[in-house]
This record gives sequence, structure tokens and C-alpha cells, in this order.
Amino acid sequence: MNIASVHMFSDVPLSWYLLLSAALFCLGVVGFLIKRNLITVFMSIELMLNGVNLSFVTFAHQWHAVKGQIFVFFVMMVAAAEAAVGLAIIIAVFRARSTLAVDRIDLMKL
Amino acid sequence: MNEPLLFLPFIPLLPFFGFLINGLLGRRLPKPLVSFVALAFPCASLLLVLHVTYLAWSGSLPLPWSEPNAPAWISVGAVHITFTSVIDQLSLVMLLIVTGVGFLIHIYSVGYMHDEPGYWRYFAYLNLFLFFMTVLVQAGNVLLMFVGWEGVGLASYLLIGFWFQKPSAANAGMKAFVVNRVGDFGFLIGIFLILANFGTLTFSEIAVKLAANPAWTGGVLTAIALCLLVGATGKSAQLPLYVWLPDAMEGPTPVSALIHAATMVTAGVYMIARTHFIFDRSPFALSVVAIVGAATAIFAATIGLVQTDIKRVLAYSTVSQLGYMFLGCGVAAYSAAIFHLMTHAFFKALLFLAAGSVIHAMGGEQDMRKMGGLRTKVPITFWTMTMAVLAISGFPFMSAFFSKDAILAAAFAAGGLGKVLWFVGLVTAALTAFYMFRLWYLTFFGDLRDHDAHPHESSWVMLGPLVILAVLSVIGGWIGMEHFGAYLTPSVGARPEGPSGSLEYLLTALAVAAGALGWFIAHRMYHRPATADGLAAVTPPGYKLLAGKYYVDQIYSYLIVKPLLVLSKFFLEWVVDFAILGGLAWLLAGIATLFGAILQRWQSGNLRSYAAWLAVGAAAILLFFLIPYTLGASGLDFWARGR
Repeated sequence: MNIASVHMFSDVPLSWYLLLSAALFCLGVVGFLIKRNLITVFMSIELMLNGVNLSFVTFAHQWHAVKGQIFVFFVMMVAAAEAAVGLAIIIAVFRARSTLAVDRIDLMKL
Repeated sequence: MNEPLLFLPFIPLLPFFGFLINGLLGRRLPKPLVSFVALAFPCASLLLVLHVTYLAWSGSLPLPWSEPNAPAWISVGAVHITFTSVIDQLSLVMLLIVTGVGFLIHIYSVGYMHDEPGYWRYFAYLNLFLFFMTVLVQAGNVLLMFVGWEGVGLASYLLIGFWFQKPSAANAGMKAFVVNRVGDFGFLIGIFLILANFGTLTFSEIAVKLAANPAWTGGVLTAIALCLLVGATGKSAQLPLYVWLPDAMEGPTPVSALIHAATMVTAGVYMIARTHFIFDRSPFALSVVAIVGAATAIFAATIGLVQTDIKRVLAYSTVSQLGYMFLGCGVAAYSAAIFHLMTHAFFKALLFLAAGSVIHAMGGEQDMRKMGGLRTKVPITFWTMTMAVLAISGFPFMSAFFSKDAILAAAFAAGGLGKVLWFVGLVTAALTAFYMFRLWYLTFFGDLRDHDAHPHESSWVMLGPLVILAVLSVIGGWIGMEHFGAYLTPSVGARPEGPSGSLEYLLTALAVAAGALGWFIAHRMYHRPATADGLAAVTPPGYKLLAGKYYVDQIYSYLIVKPLLVLSKFFLEWVVDFAILGGLAWLLAGIATLFGAILQRWQSGNLRSYAAWLAVGAAAILLFFLIPYTLGASGLDFWARGR
């Protein structure tokens, strides 16, 4: 980590990054809770993950610790795997029930 | 000086392997293979014992030998208990009896149990018994001896209840187990007392500590000795815990011969001889041993007078003979007691095996009132049985003539109550001869009273052990008390000085005369008439009392068993079962139901409601950490202080 790069970004305060991260996360949460379409719900999850990623990168930059950036790679990896499995499940659900409305997919109750 | 004997652990372990093979695979193995396994392992064990005997005899194994670096078992603080073995004259004699007689009875069993569906199970148990019995005998400390002690109790239980479909057999097994528990409780207390007072359980170390304090007598030593005696009365069927042994006759006859006559029931005598240094320090405990022995001897002998079941006669006879051994121990003539133990193992095993052969010939009939006239039908059984009857009656120069005489002489020479005990023993000798000849006449003379029976002689698998044991019953005592006592002296101490000269011959003559008197009365009453109840005509009330076995079983039933049952029924059924266990179960079920009723509302099946709760939970955790942070404290400390 060289000194120049620290100075280059230090104009933007830390809190802005964090606020953006929190805003992205909350958008994801709200979208997850209120949207009915399964695909949109799924996209909301991705949004939450990326909101968290942003704060990871921010803190990694702030504290000069590379661990945070490594975490981001892990999260991306997991998100990719999850997207593959999740989309497969969504397709299977759609084939079986001809709908993607989450309210109608309620067989999980006892 | 103590060379390790690497093969020594295999004396017990070999029968244990036999038990494992037959116990785990026996059901699937062909019968000849089961027999082979069942016989080969005890035989190998016997050969090892003979090898040790040879080593000891040739002088290359100095006795007493004890394991130089035995593997540790329990090591807590200053207490170190190891799996130590001890080989001395006493354990060697006992090992020879156990494995020798045990092997003979294994052979006999092959014939006797031949048509039994549980053949493999029987031999598995029998091998298990040999394992535990050799552990008991070889044990170098009290705790290891206790392991063997409990183990033979287990094997005894399993074999008494071998025909567990028969309720009487299952109950008899249970009775033996429960009564032995009473004795074992005493034994265990004794072990704890030894540990507390000596800090060790190893026999040799206890002996050394006692020898270092010659003035230490009575007191706690009396307590230890009496506790050990309680254990011995349980296992060796002495008053007041003898009641299980007659019922143990429900087991197969070879089991009665091996466990309930020759070996296991003598464990109490062996234990007293093994811990004789404690008993020697407590004259009071010794006299209790002697009185218990003499009382049991005459008590059981009188019950034996009127029994009609051939095996029950022998069972009471065993109790009575064990009483003799206790009498011997009680007058500090341990070697005489062990001598009688040895000859008794021969002739009593023979009596049981011959009785088994008779029962076999009669097709399972055990009632002597239905036998008679078998002399010509089963001649070899008859002759071997005759040897045993003569031996136990003290016929001159048969085995028990020497051993019983040694005990009686020692009792006579002991001070205090000695003369009384001697007289009791003498009367018992007459009674013994009476009931044995009664059995002999009823079984073999007169006419066969059950006309449906077709007696036939047993096969040679069964007759072979009979003949060997008959020879041993005759010659078993020829070594003589002098030599035997001198041989055992390093293990059990010198025999107290007995009477000598003309007094010794007079005592011997009296003992023989007592036996002859018993025979004479039996001859008069049972030789010609065919009834088994000749005694009933003489004293009807006395006969009734004896036939009812002094009503001891009934007394125990009303004094102990029934109150216990009533109490258990009330306490266990209402207090424990209904109130405690039932209440607890209802309470737990109620809590679960309550929480279930609340929690099931979350299980809506609606994905978005789950997600909402997830978000609420996450927010709650966030608040949990943020609130104290905003107040200037670090998170968990804030909540921990409950501010």
C-alpha cells in the first residue's frame, strides 16, 4: 500500500462510503421483503451482498488491511455459486408451479 | 528372583477365548466344533497349570511367586492397584482343582448336554466360569479377587437359569444372585476397610504390614475379618445365607457338580485361607467362623436327612461339608480346610456327576422315591457312586477319612468351644453317613419303583470322568495331612498342634464309628422297605420340621422379601413412578407443548415473513451492540453489568 494512493482517495470521507454501503444494503433488504417476484427477490440478495462488499473494501482501505479485500473475493465466489444454484431452483420452481410469486410458494409450513 | 511368567495370564484368558468363540459364533458353528472349542481351551489352561506345577516342583519357580511388574489398573494418589497374579502353594492347589475337575466336568457335559438346543450357550457360560474362577484364584490383590468373585457369581446365575423358560430355574438364578449380593456387600465393605487401614490391597503387602506390627490385634481387624466372613457366607452358602444353594440345583447337573459343589462355593474358604493373616489377629472373628461352620454343618445335614430329590440331598450335603471347611478355618487349621476342600471337590463332583448319570438313566427323573434297583442297570455309575458315598462317609482310607479327621482333630485340640464344635462335627459325620447311604439304598437297591422308566447306562464320555473322579476320591487323601499341611505352611501358616498318640487314634476311631452308626441306621431303615420316608414314621413332627427345611425360606419370605415387596410397590409405584417420574414427564411435555403453541405461529410457510423475522433479528443484534457503543461502553460489558 503506497502513500500516494492513500492521499488520492482521502478527500472522500470514510462515512460517505459507509453510508452508500448501508443504503445499498437497506435497498436490498426492502426489496427482499416487499417484492413478490422470486427473481427480484434474488436480485435483492445480490444487492445486499454487494452493499456489504463495499464496506469491506472501505475498511480494508482505511485500515490498510488486505484481509477485507480477500473477503470480498470470497463473497463474490459464494455469490456466483449461489446464483447458479438459485437460478436452477427458480427454473425448477417455475416449471413445477408456473408462477414465481413468493406468496404462492408456501409449502414450507408444517 | 521373580522371573516373569509370560504365559500366566493365559490360564484365565484361554477359557475366556473359548467363551468368546462359542458365545459369539456358537449358534452358527457345527456341534463337534463347539465341543472342540469348549474342551480345547480349558484343556490348554489345565496344561499350563500343570506346567507351572512342574516348574514349582522342580524348583525352578520359587514359591511364592508374584508378578514383578504387573500392569497398573487403578492408580490414585498413594493407592496403586495392579493386575497382579500370585502363585503360591495355596493358589497352585486351588488352580489344579479348578482346572482339573473343571476339565473333567467339561468332558462329562459333552455327553450330558448332548441333546440340548442351547449346547453352545451352555459351554460358553461354562468357559466363562472357568475364566472368572481362575482369576479369583490367581488374584494377587483383594480387588482382583473380587472381580473373579463377582464373575463366578454371574456365571453361576447364568447357568442356574440356563433353562430360563422354566420359571423355577429363572427364579432360582435370581435368588442366588440376590442372596450373594448381601454377602458381596459385606465383602466390599471389608475391602474398603482394608484399603483405609492398610493403604494397599495386595495380599503380600498386607501380610508384611501385619508382620511389622505384631501387637496389632482385634479392633478394626475384627471388623475386617467379620466383613470378609459375611462375603464368604454368601458365596460358600453358610448360615444365614445358604438358602440359594439348594435352589441352585435347578441348573444342569454338571453345573451343580462344578460350580455348586467343587469349585465356586469353596471360594469363601479359599478367601479366608488367603486372608488368614487378618483372621489370625482376631480370635473373636475366628471363633465366629468356627461357630458358623459347625452350625451350618449340622443344620444342613439334618435337612439333608429327609430330602427326596437326589440333587437336593447332595446340595444340603455340600452346604454341610462347606460348614466343615469353615470349622477348619475357624480353628486356624487352614491347611486342613483346604485339604477337605480338595477331597470334597473330588467326591462331591463325583456324587453330582454320578447323580447326573442316574438322572440321565431315568430320563430326567430326580425323585428318589421313583428310583430303586438301579444297581444292575447302571453298574459303572453304581460303583463310582459307591466310592463317593464311602469317601464322604469317612470310610477308612478313603479321601474324606483323612481330611474330615484332620478338621475334627483340630477342632478338638482348639481351646474354648473346641470340644463342643468337635462333638457337633462328630454328630454331623453320623448324619452325613446316614443321608448318603439313604440315597445309596433308595437309588440302587430294592426294586425299581417307577415302572415306566427304562434305565440305561450312560455313554463313556460321561463314565470316563466318573471313573477318574472315583479313583481320585479314593486316593485323594493318601498324601496325608502331615505332608499336605507341611506343603501349605508357607502359604497359610503352620497347622496348630493337634492331638497325638492314643488320643489321635481314639478320635479317628470315634469318627469312623460315627460314620458306621449312620450307615447302620440307614441300612436298617432303607435296605429292605421301598419307602423313602422311613424317618417320617419315627418322629412325625421332627420329620415335618425337617421336610419344611426349618421353614427358613418362609421366614425369610415373611421377614424380608414380602415387606420389601410391599414397600417397593408403594414407594416405587406411587412415589417414584407416579409422582416423580410421571410428574417430571408431564411437566416436560407441558413445557414443550406451551412453547410449541407459541413458536408454531412463526411457521407460516410464507417466505417473506421468514425474511422479515430474519431482518428483525439482525436489527436486534445490531441494536444490542450499538446501544452501549453510543453510551460509551464496549458492548458486552454494558449488558453484563446490566446497566
